[in-house]
Amino acid sequence: MSENALATQGVNKSFGSLIVASDIELTLPRGVRYALIGPNGAGKTTLINLITGMLRPDAGRIFLDDEDVTSLAPEQRVRRGLVRTYQINSLFPHLTALESVTLAVCEQRGVARTWWRKLSVYRDEVDEAHHILSSLMLAPVCHRPTRELAYGQQRLLEIALALATRPKVLLLDEPAAGVPRDESKQLFAAIAGLPRDITVLFIEHDMELVFRFASRVIVMVGGRVLVEGTPQEIASDPQVRAVYLGKTAGALKHG
Amino acid sequence: MTTETFAGPQDFFQAQLRWHWIEIAFWLAMLLPFVLTPNYLVLASQIAITALFVLSLDLILGFSGIVSLGHAAYFGVGSYTVGLVSKWGWGEPLTGLLLGGIAAGLFGYLTSFIIARFRHLALIMITLGIGLLLVEAANSASWLTGGFDGLQGIHTWRIFNTFRFDLYGYTAYGYSLAVLFVVFLVARRLIHSPFGLALRGIRENGQRMPAIGAATGQHIRTIYTIAAIIAGIAGATLAETTETVSLESLGFQRSADVLVMLILGGTGRLYGGLLGAIVYMVARDQFSGLNPQYWYFWIGLLLIAVVVLLPNGILGGLTLLARRLKVAS
Amino acid sequence: MPPVFGVLFDGVAYGMLLFLMSVGLSVTLGMMNFVNLAHCSFAMLGGYVTITLMNAMGWPFLATLPIAFIAAAAASVVLERVFFRRFYNASELDQCLLTIGIVFVSIATAAYIYGTDQQPLQLPTYLHGSFNYAGLSFAVYRLFLIVVAVVITVALVLGLEATRFGAQVRAAVNNQRMARGLGINVDGLFAITFALGSGLAGLGGALAIAMLGLDPSFAFTYLIYVLIVVSVGGLGSIAGSFAAAMLLGVSDMAGKYYVPAFGSFLIYLVMLLLLIWRPTGIFGRR
Repeated sequence: MSENALATQGVNKSFGSLIVASDIELTLPRGVRYALIGPNGAGKTTLINLITGMLRPDAGRIFLDDEDVTSLAPEQRVRRGLVRTYQINSLFPHLTALESVTLAVCEQRGVARTWWRKLSVYRDEVDEAHHILSSLMLAPVCHRPTRELAYGQQRLLEIALALATRPKVLLLDEPAAGVPRDESKQLFAAIAGLPRDITVLFIEHDMELVFRFASRVIVMVGGRVLVEGTPQEIASDPQVRAVYLGKTAGALKHG
Repeated sequence: MTTETFAGPQDFFQAQLRWHWIEIAFWLAMLLPFVLTPNYLVLASQIAITALFVLSLDLILGFSGIVSLGHAAYFGVGSYTVGLVSKWGWGEPLTGLLLGGIAAGLFGYLTSFIIARFRHLALIMITLGIGLLLVEAANSASWLTGGFDGLQGIHTWRIFNTFRFDLYGYTAYGYSLAVLFVVFLVARRLIHSPFGLALRGIRENGQRMPAIGAATGQHIRTIYTIAAIIAGIAGATLAETTETVSLESLGFQRSADVLVMLILGGTGRLYGGLLGAIVYMVARDQFSGLNPQYWYFWIGLLLIAVVVLLPNGILGGLTLLARRLKVAS
Repeated sequence: MPPVFGVLFDGVAYGMLLFLMSVGLSVTLGMMNFVNLAHCSFAMLGGYVTITLMNAMGWPFLATLPIAFIAAAAASVVLERVFFRRFYNASELDQCLLTIGIVFVSIATAAYIYGTDQQPLQLPTYLHGSFNYAGLSFAVYRLFLIVVAVVITVALVLGLEATRFGAQVRAAVNNQRMARGLGINVDGLFAITFALGSGLAGLGGALAIAMLGLDPSFAFTYLIYVLIVVSVGGLGSIAGSFAAAMLLGVSDMAGKYYVPAFGSFLIYLVMLLLLIWRPTGIFGRR
């Protein structure tokens, strides 16, 4: 088994003259929690898209557990355990929370193709879905259609969908984005409760989250990695402060 | 969703499968034409066949979100297969259905590889193109298809050597209704299977599906093939009960009509399509004496009205009404 | 001269007509993503306006052409204000259905007013007949068509490239959100573009009478060809519409001349293959 759950080598991408990713070298050892921060437009979500296969890099390679996955389609990477959540909720509006997660579980177990058996015989799959929802405090609302859920609950459902696919590497794209203060406690608890054997990279602007959960912070600006280090190192790094110029000094403590 | 409480999570899925009393009433009502309107059994048979065709479109449009303007291609393939087989000497109805379904399914399977790769306008145009292409091909190959005049010399044998297709239509309606019901049961089971859930996932958010590991292309190819088989069975039934096959079974008119019927009734609920077929065809029969121009005028207005006022079709409107009544009482 | 040149000439004339009828739909689809299947109803309207002005009121043919343009443009403005703008964010299917409903109504109305027969049209004498060159005969009217269409195309391209209005249209087609962010009034722009496109369709419909005929089914029959041009050419691209219209016009004429037994088979096959190769059209983006 490899030491690194996820690694990128020399990943480059540009749209015409706009360079969105320049020589990105990332290594995530197994089980860590790293944070990726940077101003808007730095290319963080683009990097996620490149890693998950939604975008093809112009150059470079992506390794999952030492396996080169650069040429694999997104769903194939998901099957190998590389999973992401979305910054803007990408859910199934008319499906209930339980149906959504059950779907993800069924896909993960490869039973989504059976059209001749009733869903109700798939007790294990439904149980697992319910279990995941319970661990995220969503069990009381599991029978409500997704679009009727509160925004914070929808963010949790995003994570539930990702967990249902049994990820090895989880890329969380701004999990706290748009979540009101009074709902963020459950979110933090959910992230704290993520199994230790999952490797997590999260993009965040919320510095409280970054400081609380990340052991290492990577700063991206203008498509390239500016600096890497522990949260304390980053917080006192003059280059990083310069990048966030315009925000008050206190901004680096709370997002 | 209502405020029902469930003992365990599986109960939710179990509850969806239970037969609502309205469903049972609906199917029993389908038997009424035998008693109430025996003069209209031939029409009733046509309606049952069309309802089956609409059902097949609902599976790809209502449940999976694939907009097709050329679905009649598979209906026509089913029709022509049965017609040709019968002309060449084999008129047994049940095996005819099988052959029609298989032929249409094969064609559906092959075209599904193209269909699954596209979305939006390109998809609509490709489905249209395939349908139009097939009509032209059938027109040109008149040595095989009879061209503009259609196939001659079709004769359907008795079912189980007892029931004969005659002008009164008892056998025709009974047969069509039975085929519709059996396929409906299969479709109902499919909707409530893991695959059915996956289809709804594709319809709700096709982009998210690969991100949860779904092989969306494969799912689409499967449902498209199944829908083609069902459309082929419907076409085969038409050929057997009317003993005629013509180009219009493949044509754009038929593809457009079935789309209108489905939208009218309401997509994504199985019964919506059935309702749409019944309403549309009964109305068309009643107004058939009128100038066809007037028909298109009112259908046009109706389409506009449905889109503006009743986005979920008649069934959607009825469901809303039922909900309001329940709340009021 | 081999007959292929005659076929090419007729094909180019037909293609020009298709271009006039399609360019408006391509640009509005590219700008607002609004699927307007009633586009050919405006073409049909232009045709019937010309017929009415000429046959019932004795206007000369050329004078009716601007009126056909204006009538179609005006009708489109009304429809856009009353109906279409509420559906810009609706699903593609809803837009299709709404506009198909309008097509049905327009066909029925035309049949009610004018009957279902082909409308007779007497071209002015100077547009009659044909001239001979190198052993082939070329219809004068088709030459007229080509000239008119080329003039309009040049005007369109110049307008798009050289005016501020054109620059705004190009920006809005390219990236609507960005254009709005730059302060461009995209909604107003769209209304004007929509009117222009529909007006061009109306003009195309009027010009088409002498070559393609006119009856109520026009709105449907040519819708299919227009859709082929738009989807093969690429949404929002004038060059694409032009190229696709030429391709379609010449292929159709060639098909009907060389392999008449196959009718429109060739067109549909070419369209399918082109779309499979390039789903967003030859000049489409993404």
